[in-house]
Amino acid sequence: MIRFIIRRLLVSIPVLFGIIFLTFLLARVIPGDPCLVALDQRANPQSCALFNARFGLDKAVIPGVFREDGQLVLRLEQLPATLLDNQFTAYLGQLARGDLGDSVANRKPVTQVLLERMPTTIELTIYALIFAITVGMTLGIASAYRRNSKADVGTMMVANLGVSIPVFVLGLFMAYLFAVILKDSPIALPPSGRLSAGFRFDTIPEAWGLTELSGPPRSILDFLSNMYTVNGVVTGQFNLAFDAFRHLILPAIALGTIPMAIIARMTRSSLLEVLGRDYIRTAQAKGLRPRLVLFRHGLRNAMLPVVTVIGLSVGGLLSGAVLTETIFGLGGIGLVVYESITGRDYVVIQGMAIMVAIIYVVVNLVVDISYGFLDPRVRLS
Amino acid sequence: MTSNPGGAESSLRPVVAANAVAVGTSTTGARRASLRRILSQRSAVIGLVIIGFLFTIAIGADFIATHPPNDTMLRVEEGARPRQAPCIHILGCPADQPQHLLGLDGNARDVFSRIVHGSRTSLVIGFVTVAAAIVIGTLIGAVAGFLSNRTDGLLMRSMDVLLAFPALLLALVIVTVLKPTLFNAMIAVAIVSIPIYARVMRASVLSVREQDYVTAARALGDSSFNILRRRVMPNAITPLIVTGTLGIGTAVLEVAALSFLGLAAQPPLAEWGTMIGNERNQLFSAPWLIIAPGVMLTLTVLGFNLLGDGLRDALDPRLSR
Repeated sequence: MIRFIIRRLLVSIPVLFGIIFLTFLLARVIPGDPCLVALDQRANPQSCALFNARFGLDKAVIPGVFREDGQLVLRLEQLPATLLDNQFTAYLGQLARGDLGDSVANRKPVTQVLLERMPTTIELTIYALIFAITVGMTLGIASAYRRNSKADVGTMMVANLGVSIPVFVLGLFMAYLFAVILKDSPIALPPSGRLSAGFRFDTIPEAWGLTELSGPPRSILDFLSNMYTVNGVVTGQFNLAFDAFRHLILPAIALGTIPMAIIARMTRSSLLEVLGRDYIRTAQAKGLRPRLVLFRHGLRNAMLPVVTVIGLSVGGLLSGAVLTETIFGLGGIGLVVYESITGRDYVVIQGMAIMVAIIYVVVNLVVDISYGFLDPRVRLS
Repeated sequence: MTSNPGGAESSLRPVVAANAVAVGTSTTGARRASLRRILSQRSAVIGLVIIGFLFTIAIGADFIATHPPNDTMLRVEEGARPRQAPCIHILGCPADQPQHLLGLDGNARDVFSRIVHGSRTSLVIGFVTVAAAIVIGTLIGAVAGFLSNRTDGLLMRSMDVLLAFPALLLALVIVTVLKPTLFNAMIAVAIVSIPIYARVMRASVLSVREQDYVTAARALGDSSFNILRRRVMPNAITPLIVTGTLGIGTAVLEVAALSFLGLAAQPPLAEWGTMIGNERNQLFSAPWLIIAPGVMLTLTVLGFNLLGDGLRDALDPRLSR
């Protein structure tokens, strides 16, 4: 098993390197002078030269390639001299130290921006994933079990609609339904923000009387405090947890609908295939209860492709977060991506892209490893 | 998938069909048979109907639209105001008011006409983007499948790198690099979908490369290009069509998302994503401005998804899961 994991890890190294190189390159060819963005009105040739020297932007981008007046120029004679001294190697060294660079626009380390905004996105993504998995698998199982019934056809129609409706359309439709049409009903839901206006609450360190705490433990607690539902439950501020949860319902459903539909379809077709196998007939023939056959013999063997699509859907969730957070006004990673793209803050874009891609690679790795647990044949081959 | 229960009986027929395709004998009889199989798929038929409807309004847009899609009604019609609610005469709207089936948008343009013309934009986006991705993707896939292990490894690893990014995010970054226009957004979406077609093509090449009939063709002195055209393409065409049809839906979806964020189609072009993006803050005061393009966008994607699913079930049981 360990050998299997190590082999998978080694395979992801070239991919990771490619990701870093690609994001680096994309960020360097983005139009717009970072100096102008950062210094704004104070930008002049002298201050820009100083700025570029300080951030190492005057060096070769990659060996032999320079950026001059926003254009990339190839200078082959400089190639040997810049082989090791260029922006890319500098960037690799920086990454190795766990430094994603400083946001040019708001002069903060990108890692800090990430830490501040990440909890919102993680919270949103987890609820979306919970919705997608529970609803998707339930629908898929029900529809495979009663195949070709009205419930089956209906479920598959919902699933087809679910994969087709754009995240932003669904989000806006739901916001309209729950915040306008059902405004004064008990099931009205807030269409934007993370908490109701004027809601006051204590962070975890405050609630636990740990305000003196500093260093990594404090960072971790602050990070958790920023996930309001977690904070609310851990510190016993249940009104906080409830309010935050109410604000997350619509965004999570909007974000989770596409994966929900994909999971439902995959569960159904995978389960149908398994239910047609001989050992299922054997299990039925020896008189096992139908439910036992369905879950223990059927579902367990049908899980492999379902786990795959769950893993693959994480990438979709990260993209969808950009749209969902924009619509519902949640200040997470998605909104940062959008803001830094419009604001040409390429250090942030770069950092986000690398982080997102690494998350994606790790998730795929976890999925592959979970195959090993679900199906011993994968591990042995 | 919807109507194929996966039982032994129903999976028999497509297997035979797949063999027919594999040998590459697309005689009239075989073609008619596969057409019949496609039409026996409920989802394919519904998808075809939706797409046919979209094509009809796209082609007849100039006749169906009641107003010029990009013209403001301010100063043209008396009493026209931005974001005026829909006014349909037979549904009780006073006859002295000018009729606007879906109301006016923020610039007092007729929403119905913009919706109708938007179908053109979306269909062009879908087909052109996917066609570009298929051409480049199959080329890369064919080269990777035919050439040495090292080239293959290099090409497919770079495809892996592209796949390692969530598609929309990568497209977002590429559009920023290229400047936000509709054309650049289409390029970006095409780039991020190249790996899918490259993989399909490479798989097709690998599956026939060691077959006897390919060895025979090689022994007879056929060039790689000829083998590709005569032996590989007939095998690859079915999965490519299926993946491509599903890809059109995805492409429409992704370009619309970029437009929604203001990174693709720019006003005044009638594009559904842009229409939603421009008016999204009016959700509470003028919801029809969002509902109409939202429904059309969903319908378009649904149509191509249903057709793609139906084609897959009808033509290629190996792809259906």
